[in-house]
Amino acid sequence: MAYSFPEEVLEHVFSFIGSDRDRNAVSLVCKSWYEIERWCRRRVFVGNCYAVSPAAVVRRFPDVRSVELKGKPHFADFNLVPEGWGGYVSPWITTLARAYPWLEEIRLKRMVVTDESLELIARSFKNFKVLVLSSCEGFSTDGLAAVAANCRNLRELDLRESEVEDMSGHWLSHFPDSYTSLVSLNISCLGSEVSFSALERLVSRCPDLRSLRLNRTVPLDRLANLLRRAPQLAELGTGVYSAELRSDDFSNLVGALAGCRELRSLSGFWDVVPAYLPAVYPLCSGLTSLNLSYATIQSSELTKLISQCHSLQRLWVLDYIEDSGLEALAACCKDLRELRVFPSEPFNREGNVSLTEQGLVSVSEGCSKLQSVLYFCRQMSNAALLTIARNRPNMTRFRLCIIEPRCPDYITHEPLDTGFGAIVQHCKDLQRLSLSGLLTDRVFEYIGTYAKKLEMLSVAFAGDSDLGLHHVLSGCDSLRKLEIRDCPFGDKALLANAAKLETMRSLWMSSCSVSFGACKLLGQKMPRLNVEVIDERGHPDSRPESCPVEKLYIYRTVAGPRFDMPDFVWTMDEDSALRPS
Amino acid sequence: MGSGGGGFEKDLNMEATELRLGLPGTASSTAVTDQEPEARQARNNKRSLVDRREEEVSEDASRALPKDHDSAPSSKAQIVGWPPIRSYRKNTLQTKKTEAETSSSGIYVKVSMDGAPYLRKIDLNVYKGYSDLLKALQNMFKFTIGEYSEREGYKGSEFAPTYEDKDGDWMLVGDVPWEMFMTSCKRLRIMRGSEARGLGCAV
Repeated sequence: MAYSFPEEVLEHVFSFIGSDRDRNAVSLVCKSWYEIERWCRRRVFVGNCYAVSPAAVVRRFPDVRSVELKGKPHFADFNLVPEGWGGYVSPWITTLARAYPWLEEIRLKRMVVTDESLELIARSFKNFKVLVLSSCEGFSTDGLAAVAANCRNLRELDLRESEVEDMSGHWLSHFPDSYTSLVSLNISCLGSEVSFSALERLVSRCPDLRSLRLNRTVPLDRLANLLRRAPQLAELGTGVYSAELRSDDFSNLVGALAGCRELRSLSGFWDVVPAYLPAVYPLCSGLTSLNLSYATIQSSELTKLISQCHSLQRLWVLDYIEDSGLEALAACCKDLRELRVFPSEPFNREGNVSLTEQGLVSVSEGCSKLQSVLYFCRQMSNAALLTIARNRPNMTRFRLCIIEPRCPDYITHEPLDTGFGAIVQHCKDLQRLSLSGLLTDRVFEYIGTYAKKLEMLSVAFAGDSDLGLHHVLSGCDSLRKLEIRDCPFGDKALLANAAKLETMRSLWMSSCSVSFGACKLLGQKMPRLNVEVIDERGHPDSRPESCPVEKLYIYRTVAGPRFDMPDFVWTMDEDSALRPS
Repeated sequence: MGSGGGGFEKDLNMEATELRLGLPGTASSTAVTDQEPEARQARNNKRSLVDRREEEVSEDASRALPKDHDSAPSSKAQIVGWPPIRSYRKNTLQTKKTEAETSSSGIYVKVSMDGAPYLRKIDLNVYKGYSDLLKALQNMFKFTIGEYSEREGYKGSEFAPTYEDKDGDWMLVGDVPWEMFMTSCKRLRIMRGSEARGLGCAV
């Protein structure tokens, strides 16, 4: 075609297109664009590792430098997905190792990673730079030692919230003396001690280190030494924030912290001794992110700290902050974008702190840029939700957890339907929503009607009937992920909206009323969905077809049913015969 | 939602799909009885709104009876995965709670005074800080302590309050923050005479 651009020109144009969605759109224009685009795609994101096979990915994209994979469903975070369900990264690593010798970045979330896989990564990719293991498990410090020893160009090693087995092999010491390229290290999830001298030496010889998140075993009296070796740090996660500091130790720490003029983010603060908090005061005015969600200190101490952080954009904190602390936050931190308030005593039916809906209302009033909220509390009212919705139409993520299930509006004793209805009505760009409290089918009617940009919805102990589920599946045009537990939703809504499920990444339903028969039917009718029944009571055939399944996980896939399932998971397929485990 | 939803409702045959939280053995519990016993128990602990309110009314009426709240978390069957918090968060809070519980039961340490015939025992929890503690000690043993300074210790008297820390070292009271002192102090000793002065002048 004489009138089209040469490939090189198109490739150059495509190189400016970064977002996956845009890239996918480009590849659909015509066959030649599809070809050119697939050769120059450098980054692949697979939101569900079972949606596509590793072989298909490397076949389509021959030269990828960065891969991101997600495994288990989100509710695995709360122990709702039984051990052994799946999410194994091993077949992916094997395929990637063969296909992409120049792979630089691997990011995994909620996957099972073995030491063998880590060793394979360490051996296979000569220019490996970034390893992020978020909420992963299955590996030990031996695997980390292999990465440390072999990845000469490693920039980032981030183990956020993973479960790592300690083999006490001083893995950190495996970084050779010639290794100097570390930029970001997050070992905050490690339970075991790391060698302090190895850590100090590592920090000393890596001049580009910008982010260092230590674990709880690093005592406060070692922190000053580390900081003096890395005054260029932008993000710091302290270790335990208590020790028997002599006064000169303390002033040493103050000096070392003050020397880190680029510090914008602080976290850690396990076992905080309030007397040592003033050490960070000089940094407060520059902080944009503060994670105090392990700091079990009183409201007055928290408030003293937070009211100095005028540039704060993100705050994670325990409910010890109380309404009074949140009022101070609203008054002092006008740039706040994200607030997360975690419960200090989640299993105590009685409240232990004076944190109510009022705290959140105050912040919604005072912080005009607030768009992301995660809030645990013990009481809520429709009036408060309406106020919040009116104050913050720019809200994009709203996750409210009222600790007692099915808790009504504490003033009127009515369901919280209208309150959440106001949220979806006013916040037109809402992408993520978690519901709680007493809710009827009505709230789902509001959600289906108004939440047109909603991508992820989490529901628990809500609704009256299938109508609720039907409203959501038929009305939420942008829905990608739906997770439901303990709701009276059954077969009808699911079967009536089967086609919708192919437009979504996944649907999770546990302790609901979906029958085994309906699951089989769905699996039969929808070959491009994997309909997985998870039931630890034994083979579903040993119960009547009308019996509800324990858990159900449905996801779209082009890879067909998987073969790595444990004996309590069955995929419903076209034959409507169960695949044996 | 449009009128399309109305007809749907009739077609739903609500009864068949309705999940009721009745007790096992009642007519509406067909869905429940097939679940595992543990799950069934968890469901039964969730009372309906009406039940809860009735209970509140009866609780008010019987105000004389102590409320069964402290055991409420353990007697109520914990719902799996609720509230939705990650396990590492739960574990962190758990350790802190145990620590708090031990300290609220009293930190008793022995106090000896050079020359006194017998020792005393005090609960450190009772005191708000160093001045509170020292006032109490001075009352108990009838002596006066000098003024504390970081450089010179307790100047102006022949007495110096010291304590044995977790490592077995004898430290001057007042150097570390109060909370740290409370957790590391094993016993107290009020030193007297030249020994006391020597400690105060240490570098």
